[in-house]
Amino acid sequence: MSGLLAVWQSRDVFLWGAANTLLLVLGCLLLSIPLGILLAILLTESPGPLRRSLAELVDLLRCVPFLLLAYLVYYGLPELGLRLDPWWAGLASLTLYTTAYLAEIFRAAFLAVARDSIEAAHAFGLSRGLLYRRIILPQVAITAAPLIGNQVITTIRDSALLMIITVQELTFAANFVSANTFTPFAPFAAAVGLYLLMSFVIEAGVRRMERVRKVRFG
Amino acid sequence: MTWPAIRTILDGAVVTAMLAAVSILLSLPLGLLLALLRWRRVPVLAGALAAFVSLVRATPFITLVLFVFFILPSAGIQLDPVPAAILALTINTAAFSSEIWRAALQTFSRDQREAAAAFGLSERQIFTRIVFPQIWRANLGPLVSEVTILLKCTPAVAVIGVVEITRAAGRVGAETYEPLPPFLVATLIYTALIATLVRGQRVVERRIARRYGVTR
Repeated sequence: MSGLLAVWQSRDVFLWGAANTLLLVLGCLLLSIPLGILLAILLTESPGPLRRSLAELVDLLRCVPFLLLAYLVYYGLPELGLRLDPWWAGLASLTLYTTAYLAEIFRAAFLAVARDSIEAAHAFGLSRGLLYRRIILPQVAITAAPLIGNQVITTIRDSALLMIITVQELTFAANFVSANTFTPFAPFAAAVGLYLLMSFVIEAGVRRMERVRKVRFG
Repeated sequence: MTWPAIRTILDGAVVTAMLAAVSILLSLPLGLLLALLRWRRVPVLAGALAAFVSLVRATPFITLVLFVFFILPSAGIQLDPVPAAILALTINTAAFSSEIWRAALQTFSRDQREAAAAFGLSERQIFTRIVFPQIWRANLGPLVSEVTILLKCTPAVAVIGVVEITRAAGRVGAETYEPLPPFLVATLIYTALIATLVRGQRVVERRIARRYGVTR
């Protein structure tokens, strides 16, 4: 019971932590979804040498544990003369990491777009920009929705590692409260509950997209 | 970086490899067991396991590590950092891999199972002789991906004091006041480990394809 009381008394810390986690993840998505789409277009359309080196880069990023990437960004950028505080370094590393995974997801979704709809668009004389905007991207958004949802949940999970470079997100808050009140269970259970809530919201969003897909494409 | 510093990080690599190996050996069979229990629709238990799996899948791994490490002592179980790390890794990977096993069980050919039953094989024989040999081969790719994810999770156990690659690199950085080189070395080691796993998967897949034809 004293644990629950401790959580309630430090609810500001938890709300601040949860808000920080959400802010990091939203900021990361706002940056990495456009970047991921751009990278996926480059991965499918650019000439051989560029495409191969980009593919290598994406594969390399996907082999690195996120915590190590965060350390490299956090300690590496100052060497390049760019001093970022932990929050921005965290956002930068989260964005870099998520972009690599999203690019792979978008690339696979591009390849799954039916050839005939693209050929029909060509036959109607659509420009390349219009082809992407009206034909390819809407289909990609719908087919890739479940995978993007999974990736968002993964990004939330990864963001917790940023506590190690002292970003004050949700897990940092739970750890802080548990260390200060000597009651480990309730603070961590509260954090897990909040994470669960976030993933429910995302899964509900994905299910809604699935319904759109069923209505449109049967 | 000096040679002793690199030695420190390599010692950490041995710990990481040991943690990963033990957790894989524990979690893949455990994941299969969870999947079988859910697939058999054991009342109450199946529902509880489903809730458990979605709880673990929503929880960041580092939060799970802290949870396991700080909660168990208050329940009267003292665990050192290494067993606590193995426990957290096993819970995490068992939950994720059980979804792979479950999908495999659900899509397994009904014809084959019925044919086996018609030949008088027992439930257990159908599983060990017919189902299992096929599903592990068909799902090698997703299972190896799960293992690489497990390797990518291991740096998080540094937070409870396990001296694996990341913590060793952090120590070297703290001693030399130059954190970047040791973390670069650590990243290289992880990349090499994960790339080796992925390559190993390709080799085994090719062997399977040669021996049994394309599984699918």
